[in-house]
Amino acid sequence: MEWLSVIVQGTLLGGLYALFAVGLSLTFGIMRLVNIGHGDLIILAAFIALVVVQALGIHPLASLAIVVPAMFALGYLLQRGVLNRTLGESILPPLLVTFGLSVIIENLLLQLFGADTRRLHVGALETDSLVLPGGIAVGLFPLLIFAVAVAVIAALQLLFYRTDLGRAFRATSDDAVTAELMGADNRHLYALAMAIALAVTGVAGVFLAIRSNFDPAIGPSRLIFAFEAVIIGGLGSLWGTLAGAVILGVAQSIGSALRPEWQILAGDITFLVILVLRPNGLFQRTRD
Amino acid sequence: MSVLETRGLNAFYGDFQALFGVDVAVGAGETVAIIGANGAGKSTFLKAVVGLIAGAGGEVLFEGRQIGGLRAHEIVRAGISLVPEGRRLFPSLSVEENLRMGAYAGRAGAWSLGRVYELFPVLAEKRQAPATSLSGGQQQMAAIGRALMSNPRLLLCDELSLGLAPAVIKDIYARLAEIVAEGATLVIVEQDINQALAASDRFYCFQEGRVSLGGAAKGFDRAAVTAAYFGV
Repeated sequence: MEWLSVIVQGTLLGGLYALFAVGLSLTFGIMRLVNIGHGDLIILAAFIALVVVQALGIHPLASLAIVVPAMFALGYLLQRGVLNRTLGESILPPLLVTFGLSVIIENLLLQLFGADTRRLHVGALETDSLVLPGGIAVGLFPLLIFAVAVAVIAALQLLFYRTDLGRAFRATSDDAVTAELMGADNRHLYALAMAIALAVTGVAGVFLAIRSNFDPAIGPSRLIFAFEAVIIGGLGSLWGTLAGAVILGVAQSIGSALRPEWQILAGDITFLVILVLRPNGLFQRTRD
Repeated sequence: MSVLETRGLNAFYGDFQALFGVDVAVGAGETVAIIGANGAGKSTFLKAVVGLIAGAGGEVLFEGRQIGGLRAHEIVRAGISLVPEGRRLFPSLSVEENLRMGAYAGRAGAWSLGRVYELFPVLAEKRQAPATSLSGGQQQMAAIGRALMSNPRLLLCDELSLGLAPAVIKDIYARLAEIVAEGATLVIVEQDINQALAASDRFYCFQEGRVSLGGAAKGFDRAAVTAAYFGV
């Protein structure tokens, strides 16, 4: 029973990793842009939530109403103003520019907030749990995060497969030049894609800030978790990204149960094993 | 007034100049063929018109309005649609999604999903199939249908017959006549001279990036066309 509990906790942790990873999966899937600054953008969102909560005195979950639109706007402007100029034949310029972005965000946060660890508190919700049949205790907040991750991915699937905008995203992903011939303005579509990606990142940042301690330096390791989830799941598949995130969460949870210092190592080893066995991930959709 | 008129159109790929001062005029309701050997600049001309070649010099007038310098997505909204060489269907979209994507520019007009399916009934049967599962001829029909979905006033067709069986080519050209009857103006680019001239009112022959001959498609001087085509 103890192991079943470990797997359940790992699955719920996967919900948070899925929220980390969805933005990365979207920007790669639609415009082949690998955003090295993604982890730091999650932390930026966490700090925006911190400022909002401190300034307005609202509940941390209510800060989503400000953080998510702010990250959406930031994503649109970032893509339109900077990242669109880096897209082209080579994958290297966006890598370099977003690497620079990562360094800038991290140091900016360090300047503004110092290196102290922070956390947002939500009172009893942090510790409340449900007891499932079989005696497994499930934290209410991790369960909420998982439910939100599933809802976000379901909503994005609807957007991609049931709307004109979603169809345009998929067409642009296939062949950007021909999509322009149909009247799709790629610069605008790419900016919208980054806006949506960062809106999800905003959700991830708020949940991260409530679930664990954070400081300006932890962005890159969140980026690694996001990368691992995306690659395990297969590029371009959002449900695959959720599956990859859950696999990563369960692996870390099992590693941690064996010995606490094995948590990250167990995740990385699982990632490497899957990469060797299935180099394209488990559910690849994107075609090049 | 011409639907499409280019004056001294130049086009470059990097340092390489592909078009040298091309003057072409296409009247309303006309079907105009552009013929020429491989590398004569035919496809480049179409790409320059639809905004796919940045920094093309010279004037491009569409219904009297200067469109040179506009971007591709703005030009399709103005009313020019291109059936690109090699079909270029979206591989991860179904046939119907490809057609709906053609309507993304949001122009109103006679063409709709229903009308395209009437024109090409085989597409209705395969509406849910991935675009890549179609035969070459069916893919070409889907590409034409997709271009029509934007309700263009000027339809540009690049190498419709490329890689298709003669019977299929004949079928596709028969449908072009129906499209013209809806009021569209057509420019067709072909390497196959006979096919192109049979389907059109007038023609231009390109040679090494310049117009080497132009005139009525019927009753042309075969020797003159051969000379203009091959430059012999």
